Amino acid sequence: MNTVENSNATDIRAKSLEEIEQDLLAHIPGWRKKEKIWLIVLTVIILIGVFAYYRQVRYGLIVTAMRDYTSWGIYISNFVFFVAISLVGSLVSSILKLSNATWSSPLTRISEIIAIAAIICASIIIIVDMGRPDRFIYVIIYGRIQSPIIWDVIIIMTYLVISLLLLYISLIPDLAVCRDRLVNIPRWQKKFYKVFSLNWQGKKEQNEIIRKTSSILCIMVIPVAFAIHTVTSWLFSTTWRPGWDSTNLGPYFVSGALMAGAAVIIVAMFFIRNSMHLKEYITDKLFDQMGKLLVLLSLVYLYFNINEYLGPSFKMVGVEGEHITELFFGKYAYMYWLVQIFGMVIPIVVLIFKQARKPVPLLLISFLVILGAWVKRFLIVIPSLQHPYLPIQDVDESYLHYVPTWEEWAITSASFAGVLLIITLIIKLVPVIPIWEMAEENGLKIKWS
Amino acid sequence: MEKNQRRSFIKCGLAAGAITLTGVSGCTPTRQEVENDEKVKLLTPDGKLVEVSKSVAEANTYQPATPKEARQGIPGKKFVMVVDLSRCTNARKCISSCEHHHQLTPDRPFIKVLKMQDNADSSPYWMPKKCFQCDNPPCVKVCPVAATYKRSDGIVLVDNERCIGCRFCMSACPYSARVFNWGKPEETEETHHHSYSPETSVPSKIGTVEKCDFCPDMLRQNKLPHCITACPNGALYFGDKTADAVTNGGETVRLSTLLREKAGYRYLEELGTEPNVYYLPPANRSVPFEETLKDAEI
Repeated sequence: MNTVENSNATDIRAKSLEEIEQDLLAHIPGWRKKEKIWLIVLTVIILIGVFAYYRQVRYGLIVTAMRDYTSWGIYISNFVFFVAISLVGSLVSSILKLSNATWSSPLTRISEIIAIAAIICASIIIIVDMGRPDRFIYVIIYGRIQSPIIWDVIIIMTYLVISLLLLYISLIPDLAVCRDRLVNIPRWQKKFYKVFSLNWQGKKEQNEIIRKTSSILCIMVIPVAFAIHTVTSWLFSTTWRPGWDSTNLGPYFVSGALMAGAAVIIVAMFFIRNSMHLKEYITDKLFDQMGKLLVLLSLVYLYFNINEYLGPSFKMVGVEGEHITELFFGKYAYMYWLVQIFGMVIPIVVLIFKQARKPVPLLLISFLVILGAWVKRFLIVIPSLQHPYLPIQDVDESYLHYVPTWEEWAITSASFAGVLLIITLIIKLVPVIPIWEMAEENGLKIKWS
Repeated sequence: MEKNQRRSFIKCGLAAGAITLTGVSGCTPTRQEVENDEKVKLLTPDGKLVEVSKSVAEANTYQPATPKEARQGIPGKKFVMVVDLSRCTNARKCISSCEHHHQLTPDRPFIKVLKMQDNADSSPYWMPKKCFQCDNPPCVKVCPVAATYKRSDGIVLVDNERCIGCRFCMSACPYSARVFNWGKPEETEETHHHSYSPETSVPSKIGTVEKCDFCPDMLRQNKLPHCITACPNGALYFGDKTADAVTNGGETVRLSTLLREKAGYRYLEELGTEPNVYYLPPANRSVPFEETLKDAEI
């Protein structure tokens, strides 16, 4: 046992079962004013996005800044970003769990909730990008298994199902706690807990089932999580495009996703801890650990970045070379270097120091990483499209640049608000830190009725 | 056999010329029963019964293939195009005739004429570029719903009633051959009456991808694609690879001889897409390279 676990445990160990239950259930009953304002803000952002989408459906994708050549825009880069974020679920609740990193157990549920919210919104945003959303059903009726898009649809659905199961299975005992302990809640909510706790009574056989199922799911989710982002990278690397034509793209995407995912967890931890007063559960030590993990993941990502750009920039072959020149010195250079330096190099350097792994500085650095990750995906998608083999000539001026329109920004903002809304609603319904796992670690026995 | 096919190509070149001369005068008569081989009776929109020769009538009454029929290629054919770069002067007649036939607006061209220069020391030249109808088409490979497909006659088509608008094919095409209907395509009097056919790509449909289709509706009527007959310089040849013959509307030549003698090549051969459009190098030009105005006349 290392020091982290000790200090983590001493805080909670002093607590009785009743206190733990009280702490972790406190946020569920009733709506506080802050929560209401938060929900209204999110709803308004989503409604603006819905209005923008209405305009897009009515007038066509002409309302976006996408045109021939730049035929994919921030919808696609945002989709890639959300798929990346969804990898956190498997990172924390599976990779860390299987490697016996018990310090991360308070984070499992948060990460699974984020994963589900991100993957749902990724699926929505890909429909938003379609020119004919009315024909979505064709993907099922006429689907060709040879097309990487179909691979993506299949793997996303698989990942969503496994993630939902992973979240739900570990939730059952806690839903039973909610069923037994919560009194001042509306009728539907009582019914919800009763139905979904599946008559959980903490029996030996029940425990056994949960333990077995979740360890199977934990293992299953890893290849699926790797596949989901690797297949997303194949949407690009299976095309004949300079800039995407890379065998490195799969691990490059996956490592970037894990880095961004760790940063998202840190941000979520920070706000959950502050708004729900969970300082004893989400400790400074936990931030410190996540900070170290972020450094490790960023270093891996740095390695794949060097791999991705060094070869082509050494050779500077034809259009590929033009694309690299544009990124390094051209009109995308300021974005590229800001992202590489502030979104990757600086976090690595700064987080080596212990002081930077305190909650507030770590939060700021995580924001940088997330912002960098988003812009990085923009830089992966758009500049490549603007460097086809044949020169772009004889087109309207607007075809040469891509500056997203307000509709695109509104819809993208709405997708972010959607992720936050889904996270908020789930958190509002269930204990955000697994009660039964906390009790178990403390050697306390919960009594279910 | 080979000779016959070649002769039919000469014929179809002439026929296409005849149609453009007679001018398909905008009337859209409904088909009546064909009485004999030479003359048919047609009902004009203002209710008059007229007798016209069969060839003109067919040009007017031809019903292009339905989306289902269009998936079948023309049996026994393998269509190819040859572009003689030494003859192109950027007259842009191919573009305007294509635009007219496919009811396109200038922002959605099926054909582009690019100004190319292989290196600083060699002379620039004009390169007409359309869909290369690849035998190993990247667009067909990636399409999730088989909206774009490869036919037995070598043509790659798009079914705009199937296309979901994901634009993966546009990303996949190394030649930027595809255009997208970002907004609602304008509905003209003419397009309104057409029932949609992948062989004409008319009428255009919002939110779907389009591209050069080698005019299979013309080919089914044994006529040449519009761009071929429109070219004033005879720079564009079209033909059937199985018959080893191509024509530019004027002369008909053996494809293999043409490619061998003039060092024909395919653009970006190294990508392995196996295009069905060949280029002849811009050597020994008939007219020296000249910067032409973009929107010259028309």
